[in-house]
Amino acid sequence: MKRAETLAGWGRSPVVPGCEVRSEDLPRITVGRPLTRGLGRSYGDSSLPAAGDPVVASAVLADRILAFDPDSGTLRAEAGLPLSDLYRLFLPRGWFVPVTPGTQFVTVGGMVASDIHGGNHHRDGCFGAHVTELRMRVADGRIVDCSRTEERDLFRATVGGMGLTGHILEVTFRMVRVSSPWLWGESERVRNVGEFVEVLGRAAADWPFTKGWIDCVSRGKNLGRGVMFRARWAQGAEAPAKPPTPKKGFTLPMNLPSWTLNRLTARVFNGLYYQTHPTRPASVIHPDVFFYPLDAIRHWNRVYGKKGFTQYQCVIPHSSGPRALTRFLEMVTRPGVVASPVCVIKDCGPEGDGLLSFPKSGISFAIDFPVRPWTQGLIDSLNDLVVGEGGRIYLAKDTFTRRDHFAKMEPRLAEWQSIRRQWDPEGRLRSAQSERLLDLGPTKGGSP
Amino acid sequence: MKIVVLGATKGMGRALARRLCERGDALFLLGRDPEDLSRSARDLEARAGRPAGSVGTAVCDLERPEGFAPALAAAEAGLGGLDTVVVTAGLFETQERLEADAELARRLLTVDFANTVVFCEEARRRLLARGAGTLCVFSSVAGERGRKPVVLYGAAKAGLSRYLEGLDHKFRAQGLRTICVKPGFVRTGMTEGLKTPPFAGEPDAVAARVVKAIDRGQPVVYAPGIWGLIMLVIRLLPRFVMRKIGF
Ligand SMILES: Cc1cc2nc3c(=O)[nH]c(=O)nc-3n(C[C@H](O)[C@H](O)[C@H](O)COP(=O)(O)OP(=O)(O)OC[C@H]3O[C@@H](n4cnc5c(N)ncnc54)[C@H](O)[C@@H]3O)c2cc1C
Ligand SMILES: NC(=O)c1ccc[n+]([C@@H]2O[C@H](COP(=O)([O-])OP(=O)(O)OC[C@H]3O[C@@H](n4cnc5c(N)ncnc54)[C@H](OP(=O)(O)O)[C@@H]3O)[C@@H](O)[C@H]2O)c1
Repeated sequence: MKRAETLAGWGRSPVVPGCEVRSEDLPRITVGRPLTRGLGRSYGDSSLPAAGDPVVASAVLADRILAFDPDSGTLRAEAGLPLSDLYRLFLPRGWFVPVTPGTQFVTVGGMVASDIHGGNHHRDGCFGAHVTELRMRVADGRIVDCSRTEERDLFRATVGGMGLTGHILEVTFRMVRVSSPWLWGESERVRNVGEFVEVLGRAAADWPFTKGWIDCVSRGKNLGRGVMFRARWAQGAEAPAKPPTPKKGFTLPMNLPSWTLNRLTARVFNGLYYQTHPTRPASVIHPDVFFYPLDAIRHWNRVYGKKGFTQYQCVIPHSSGPRALTRFLEMVTRPGVVASPVCVIKDCGPEGDGLLSFPKSGISFAIDFPVRPWTQGLIDSLNDLVVGEGGRIYLAKDTFTRRDHFAKMEPRLAEWQSIRRQWDPEGRLRSAQSERLLDLGPTKGGSP
Repeated sequence: MKIVVLGATKGMGRALARRLCERGDALFLLGRDPEDLSRSARDLEARAGRPAGSVGTAVCDLERPEGFAPALAAAEAGLGGLDTVVVTAGLFETQERLEADAELARRLLTVDFANTVVFCEEARRRLLARGAGTLCVFSSVAGERGRKPVVLYGAAKAGLSRYLEGLDHKFRAQGLRTICVKPGFVRTGMTEGLKTPPFAGEPDAVAARVVKAIDRGQPVVYAPGIWGLIMLVIRLLPRFVMRKIGF
């Protein structure tokens, strides 16, 4: 490192010493590096360097599409290709990514490494389910192709593996045909979390995209109220004749003071949100508005001020029932806790073949919390609940989970570790997150 | 338009080629590594929704002037004509390294000045032979004034800017429009590892400005635009001030 520099994820906490090397030649800059990162949209420390190894490769300049076959939809790209390019170029031509997260400013490499999920998880699974091949630079310096048939273990450990099995250089996956570049959807007010589970379940059969915005501030009779959204691609006459033009956003120019978000402002915002989102019959929806509402405000993460924030996302299995969900909501709305006004609730389908990939059948919550003295304690107690219910957390969002909690959530960890050790026996690939959550040290005595 | 780009594999050239291709121009790429060129060509085709193979490529290395004529001939044949030649290729090294390594300095001066000019001469002949055309070449704000951090690189770019100005004066009336692009600090692989100054630009924003300049035939374009003002001030500073400051 030439300069005293720091890196942080989207939550802007933690901030660690580190810097990126950027080049179009990703194969060159990944040699000997501990980690590759994309656009840094993971919230916590997964894209940050481990202490003592501060220089990471950045994939963002390696952004070429290498092949697209309009018959099958198969697309091969360098890992730094941003989703925003695919969205801008392919949607008007009738193609969309099989799975999208809630922001377009992610790279395809990051989408694989986090095995991202979207509103269609109940139907289409994670992004990794649609990936057919990866080209990687592995820890010993070789370049290796992997897929479900070739180096299958490496493939499964890499999808959702948070960059810890190697540097993803190229990604091959299938784009999907859409009936129009517009969406057709409706919304419905929901009174409580039990009702949410019901409406999500009911909508799953007919709607490819479902999600809810849930109130994580109000208590008592308003606990878990919210708005449920469901959509599909518009068909025939439903769609306007012209393709949607990109919505112009605005940039939050600076940090807001830390007190901007408090229980009062959160509640006011929340009430407003609820009141302005009544049950709406089906109509045409701009895809920016449905998929990427937060992208309208660039640098919205500055709302939380200098100290930053974290997102807690967990999934609680269906078998736990509504009581566990209510307990969860009671914990996050407890006096003294300030949650962001709007949180996301989503039902996940079955788990995919990515060994550390987050979703499994159940109800997922994603909630932002500012970083405060109480944050660690809150997340510890939420994790106690999640462990007790047999759920788990999403590494792409995590900053505060403790190692023993994570181990208890992940029965697949041992298999992932043994594959990872085969490919990286010396534990060269590391991140700030892996230092915190995983034991990647060199194998002692040979047994995994 | 039928456009040849030398330097489309990386940085501002990549961004510019994408904008041109996405809006429908026919492209032909020149560069030093055939495999990397074809990856860039496939990228452009996929982005523009064109069939594979429709963006042609040929090898052309600014360190091998004997290849310039054949490369441009291949481009002209591939495109079935030629309206515009764009040169974004160039070499950068810090003043420190250039002072320490005479051979590196010689290479840089040759690539960024002598050979770029020789390449432009070949392009000029071909464009004039067709009756009209546009030659768009990336020089730099580093050529505006003798400056401590870019004594050698700046000298090469100064020479290039002067050449392009002369070309424009002499041949515009005959139909050759010369465009000299003067980027300020732009965040590309070339500037990777350098301290980012205020007013740094992004390659795509530069590309958007250059596309407009090509369409209008604007002879000099600063990008990002603010660098036009900055350089105006720098040009006005007396020598004793330039000698004192580190800029
Ligand atoms: C507003 C917002 C909404 C979001 N919504 C969703 C959502 O709906 N669903 C969801 O699943 N996620 C969501 N996310 C999280 C986001 O999709 C993931 O964190 C994603 O991985 C970010 O991609 P990135 O390119 O920014 O990667 P980074 O954040 O830079 O990196 C994330 C991880 O991927 C690894 N990685 C990145 N590139 C490579 C590579 N080339 N090779 C190896 N490893 C690599 C990094 O090491 C790191 O571990 C959201 C994030 C934001 C900010
Ligand atoms: N970035 C800035 O801040 C800045 C500022 C002022 C001026 N400029 C000028 O703007 C132009 C583009 O800069 P950039 O930042 O986009 O640079 P870049 O990202 O480094 O790209 C340089 C391009 O030039 C090509 N090239 C280098 N040497 C070559 C050679 N001998 N023969 C053929 N091609 C060669 C490279 O091809 P390969 O893929 O084969 O390497 C690459 O495509 C350059 O002329 C530069 O001097 C840049």
